[in-house]
Amino acid sequence: MMTIKNYVKPQTLEEAWQLNQKRGSRILGGMLWLKMGKRRVQTAIDLSDLGLDTIEETGDSFSIGCMVSLRDLELHSGLARYTCGAMKEALRHIVGVQFRNLATVGGSIAGRFGFSDVLTMFLALDSYVEMYKGGLVPMETFAATGCGTDICVRIIVRKTPLAVTYHSVRNTATDFPVLACAVSRQVSDEEDSWKFSIGARPARAILLRDETQLLSGEITAEKADLFGAYAAEQVPTSSNMRGSAAYRSHLVKVLTSRSIQELGGISL
Amino acid sequence: MTIHLILNGKKLEAEVAPDTLLLDFVREQGCASVKRGCETSNCGLCTVFLEDKPVLSCSVPAARADGKHVTTLEGLQEEAAEFSAFIADQGAEQCGFCNPGFVMNALALFRENPFPTEEEIREYLAGNLCRCSGYEGQLRGILAFLEWKKTKEKEAQS
Repeated sequence: MMTIKNYVKPQTLEEAWQLNQKRGSRILGGMLWLKMGKRRVQTAIDLSDLGLDTIEETGDSFSIGCMVSLRDLELHSGLARYTCGAMKEALRHIVGVQFRNLATVGGSIAGRFGFSDVLTMFLALDSYVEMYKGGLVPMETFAATGCGTDICVRIIVRKTPLAVTYHSVRNTATDFPVLACAVSRQVSDEEDSWKFSIGARPARAILLRDETQLLSGEITAEKADLFGAYAAEQVPTSSNMRGSAAYRSHLVKVLTSRSIQELGGISL
Repeated sequence: MTIHLILNGKKLEAEVAPDTLLLDFVREQGCASVKRGCETSNCGLCTVFLEDKPVLSCSVPAARADGKHVTTLEGLQEEAAEFSAFIADQGAEQCGFCNPGFVMNALALFRENPFPTEEEIREYLAGNLCRCSGYEGQLRGILAFLEWKKTKEKEAQS
């Protein structure tokens, strides 16, 4: 069980940051994963009083406070429109409504959990983490480095015109995914660029791009399968109680191929 | 530390430890309907409303409920009795341990979405585990309740 010695609700980000520099301090997100460990927390830092629980949508971006719940993210009509429903699809399988009313986007992203549907989804978007001291960091960089003792204040999603789709495979409903896959495609006059975010490998989600140009030109089912096989070779997977490395690599192949066909306008 | 909250409509001031969980706090206050089932934030047995939203009280520090409204099944007796009768009619449950959390979340669903489809019911209640049943009885009970509610509303209109 986790124990907490002091519970503080800072009134400014500076105060929260100062507290977080001390060993034994811990920022609380939804506390769902945190409380599972046997941790002795000297000072629990609750960011609830800082007004970071809202999603602001402007013409060119979404600014998502770190204390926004996964449920609010799932129900946000602007995000649903922008992601063609993929955001909801990424979130709706996570445990239950009561859990998602507590789990925060900041906790999910800052935790950089291997099983995270949330990180997998945001990696496929044009998204950034706004850190208190560190400024704006691209999600891919953040996934690799984390935030140390800095504070993840907001998640920014730029409304780069893209199409995106999300798929996950679970052994049972509401469980962690065996594999999660978010794919986005950005088409403009000059370029056609794809991003493949693969999570629950079971390690932390990583991004793969079409460096081989296998997908240039019109999308066909053959091309999609070819790229699926390439992705399965490129994305490292390993085994755990939910599935073997071989099974996961097979899923990488199938889910990427399906996503390509979907975004390429091929009906499955 | 001292917290102030409104539990089932009643104003409270209480001393809690920094790591007291809302689950233990409301039980100490006599709300025995709130159960500790899994301790891993998965089963939904400890569901309470925090500012009218269903949450897992096993994962909320009591300190976080400071200044907020907390509602347990004890505070929703009438609403709960009306609905629970339909679950009982189906003989849906055996041991009944999961019932309070299940009823709480079902009521949250009806408040958000008064006439959900079968798929919406399944999705909303996916985080409420029952180890005795296969959920079919509960689903029949909910559908029967919704039918009854629809008829009642129609009669009220005519």
